[in-house]
Amino acid sequence: MDFIRRHIGPTEGQVREMCKVVGVTGLSDLISKTIPNNIRCSEKLSLAEGISEEAALRELKEKMSQNEVRRSYIGMGYYGTNVPPVIQRNILENPGWYTQYTPYQAEISQGRLEALLNFQTMVCDLSGMDIANASLLDEGTAAAEAMTLAYRARGNDQKNVFLVSSACFPQTIDVVVTRAEPLGIKVKVTSPDAQSINDSVFGVLFQYPNIYGEIRNYEDVSKVAHEKSALMIVAADPLALTLLKPPGEWGADIVCGSTQRFGVPMGFGGPHAAYLAVKDEFKRSMPGRLIGMSKDPMGRPGLRLALQTREQHIRREKATSNICTAQVLLSIMASMYAVYHGPKGLRQIAQRVNGYTTCLANSIKEAGLQLKNSNWFDTLFIECDGKVREEILKRAEAGKINLNTLIPNGLAVSIDETVTERDLEMLAAVITGKKASKMRDSMLPTDLVRTSSYLTHPSFNSYHSETEFLRYVTKLQSKDLSLCQSMIPLGSCTMKLNATAEMVPVTWNEVGNVHPFAPASQTKGYQSLIKDLEDMLCKVTGFDACSLQPNAGSQGEYAGLLAIRGYHMSRGEGHRNICLIPMSAHGTNPASAAMVGMDVVAVKCDESGNVDLADLKAKAGEYGKNLAALMVTYPSTHGVFEEAITEICEVIHSHGGQVYMDGANMNAQVGLTQPLKIGADVCHLNLHKTFCIPHGGGGPGVGPIVGRAHLADFMPGHRFGIQDKKAGPVSSAPWGSASILPIPWMYIKMMGAHGLKEATEVAILNANYIAKRLDPHYPVLYKGKHGMVAHECILDLREIKKSSGIEVEDVAKRLMDYGFHAPTVSFPVAGTLMIEPTESEAQAELDRFCDAMIAIREEIREVENGKADRSNNILKNAPHTAEALLSDKWDRPYSRERAAYPVPGLRQYKFWPSVGRVDGVYGDKNLVCTCGSVSDYASN
Amino acid sequence: MDFPKDLKFTKDHEWVRISGNSAVVGITEFAQGELGELVFVDLPAKGKALKAHDTACVVESTKAASDVYSPIGGTVAEVNSELSNTPNLVNSDPYGKGWLMKLSPFNAADAEGLMSPEDYNKLLSK
Repeated sequence: MDFIRRHIGPTEGQVREMCKVVGVTGLSDLISKTIPNNIRCSEKLSLAEGISEEAALRELKEKMSQNEVRRSYIGMGYYGTNVPPVIQRNILENPGWYTQYTPYQAEISQGRLEALLNFQTMVCDLSGMDIANASLLDEGTAAAEAMTLAYRARGNDQKNVFLVSSACFPQTIDVVVTRAEPLGIKVKVTSPDAQSINDSVFGVLFQYPNIYGEIRNYEDVSKVAHEKSALMIVAADPLALTLLKPPGEWGADIVCGSTQRFGVPMGFGGPHAAYLAVKDEFKRSMPGRLIGMSKDPMGRPGLRLALQTREQHIRREKATSNICTAQVLLSIMASMYAVYHGPKGLRQIAQRVNGYTTCLANSIKEAGLQLKNSNWFDTLFIECDGKVREEILKRAEAGKINLNTLIPNGLAVSIDETVTERDLEMLAAVITGKKASKMRDSMLPTDLVRTSSYLTHPSFNSYHSETEFLRYVTKLQSKDLSLCQSMIPLGSCTMKLNATAEMVPVTWNEVGNVHPFAPASQTKGYQSLIKDLEDMLCKVTGFDACSLQPNAGSQGEYAGLLAIRGYHMSRGEGHRNICLIPMSAHGTNPASAAMVGMDVVAVKCDESGNVDLADLKAKAGEYGKNLAALMVTYPSTHGVFEEAITEICEVIHSHGGQVYMDGANMNAQVGLTQPLKIGADVCHLNLHKTFCIPHGGGGPGVGPIVGRAHLADFMPGHRFGIQDKKAGPVSSAPWGSASILPIPWMYIKMMGAHGLKEATEVAILNANYIAKRLDPHYPVLYKGKHGMVAHECILDLREIKKSSGIEVEDVAKRLMDYGFHAPTVSFPVAGTLMIEPTESEAQAELDRFCDAMIAIREEIREVENGKADRSNNILKNAPHTAEALLSDKWDRPYSRERAAYPVPGLRQYKFWPSVGRVDGVYGDKNLVCTCGSVSDYASN
Repeated sequence: MDFPKDLKFTKDHEWVRISGNSAVVGITEFAQGELGELVFVDLPAKGKALKAHDTACVVESTKAASDVYSPIGGTVAEVNSELSNTPNLVNSDPYGKGWLMKLSPFNAADAEGLMSPEDYNKLLSK
């Protein structure tokens, strides 16, 4: 059987049957009734036909073997790390951990929420701060988010200068500079001291330890900063913080950094989880996802996403950030690394790293070479040039090791936990030409030695044997609903199959253990993979140029708008700053527009859910010369292929604006139509939606941008690899989350032109099948001209609320009792559910879901006709935990059996929610975002 | 739904009560119902000068955040500090204990231009 039939759920027979239900003669009839004729592709994609899993794996292995994996001492934010095998196999390679969605439905997500709470606790403890998020995309963007947080928090509108220490990592500085410019923030890269902080400064950024490996005491600077009402921001290495006085103890207001070296492979740049931690007073201004403790109706502790009103899906252009997909899987790995090693183990790792570094420093000094840094944690900077430098590099080449040659006037070397004594001897020989010294005293500055304890919570002190650890990981996994149990029909999220063959390459040595700044001569495999994938994505979209750097869809939006802005500026039209966005857009759209300094103007939608053409024309005309862009999702977030799309794009172009297409719904386009065909100039793609990268429970994602040739120059550049662009980087690494790019490559190779097209057709069929089956029970809100929906459909429950008091949330929670994850709730229309089944779900699973929804409709009817109470009923009390149902006390007006087994299939297998409905109000009023004593909390 | 006779209303669902040289401002019963139980109210600093339609504060539930606009121009004379601990007073008593702020109006007569209780009721029933 070929891969296409493995990827696509319904069999050919089921497809025929489902077409009958939908009322079409076949797939081509369905598509001609769904997609407007004028934008249909007449030719098939110019991609090869699909190949088998084995053949694709062989081809990729050959390609990636062109990478030369050398021992890396480059450091600068990316370090070798030992991924504990028990974590690699049971988390990173485990679909029970990588196929979930962001934990919006808290009751079936308690496992990863606990792991993320561990992450936040770990970050708070190590940094010495009050509250931490979970998580951000990389260290550079975390520093940029810290800058904008400080900018928002400034009391005085006149403050607009941000001081950045020149001893920060250069990629971090570049990302910060890119982010600052459109917002009117002036970045000064300097050696900030007490004198340089004047009244115009709102924030200062330091690296701790700095790029030269030096550990400096910034206590005095931070005092002056606070006197001048500027915030102290520190990018800190979490491993160093196990030995060093944490920034929170010497005056930092915000601490950020990367947790990569906590057991996440370098992967040529990512994905890794970055962190950001703040003092309590800034919690409401934090970017990103925050996990908080609350309780369920039985008083049991329950975790949930807290303070969501900060975020883009609620606050839109006023959000604290455009962050949506974060790096959940990677922050879980990092937190589990800390659980696995515990505080003592981490400290030992850090001490060994520090001891080896001291050892090497002694050898270097004995050999008469000059070190720039007088102290160190893991990095040494050797001041050298000319012949000395050349000779060292010659020996390094012969020994096949990578030193850091990227900092002017010398060579740097960073030691990590994978370095052995033998490595050290060789390294010393390479640098000095002599044997390593045996001394191993620590070389930390006495005033910055850590005295405070950390990771004292039982989570970090109980699971150090592999048996205990494995059971802890498995216990948490069993609390989370993933694609291993059932479909996750989230609209606009495309929770399709993440095939094992696609995932296998991610943990190959030649994929994982490559430093992002390794010389190009060693990364030929990656270069070839990237070129292939860029080419494939150009063919899919019809565009000319592609950037794989953005490491999330929201980052893609930001990068795409920056490209549009750069293009306008290059033509002397920098004044164009109006971004039109339909009301139905994803919250990330307006939030991204705000990040590039554009003013958002909302465009209305008409009664059938389409962009109101008259309003669009009026607004495009009104803003005319200042019109920068339109951001439009296609097919629309209402799940319809709008007929007027080409006209919409023409209107924008006629006023000199550019069209940005949000690619969230690309799964309805591939092989059938193209962003180029509809008239867009640039789009992002969500490789974690359309192209099979798993959602990881809320990240990683990859959000490449693809666009027409005139925008190519303005796509993200990078000082270490992409020097031919006019724009700065949006991510720390040149190709973002490179190590998961094999996933879309494998998918496209195995599906081929024909398979990709068929996947789209079946995705549309599955959505129409659900729409057809459920329409008599819950009206489908929007349909196209011929009564068809695209790849998703919206069910309207607003009348039900009026007739029964039952809300969409109640239905979402009751679905858990049936073993399902809810569809998207109340987006893009409040009081509705948006369902996207994807092509990977077979007819039986679609029927199981529809049967559950129909059974729930009958339960609602009992409330409507007075048979059930309006507030004490099976829906309002959902979800039902085993504990609640097995309690000796049962006083509900319905039977336990009905609550637990409303349909017969559940008796074969049932997924149990681990807590009852989590109280959101209580959690937001009593914010607790670190592990504490659970019993104390519950008794409050 | 209640529409106290001594209040003036805005189309954005704020109310204002003028008594002498003071104007009390809050959000309407309808508005609190739409937002759901409030968990946080971000109140302005005392002494801040607000023009009519300026964003005066932000009210937040777990699922929504909404700007509250100043119905008339004035200087913030007092804010309801009770709300920092019990923001849901706005839900339980929107026209009484759930008031948000008191303004010293630039011109109290500005309130005359706002909606009467009858007009606001009509707006809601549309």
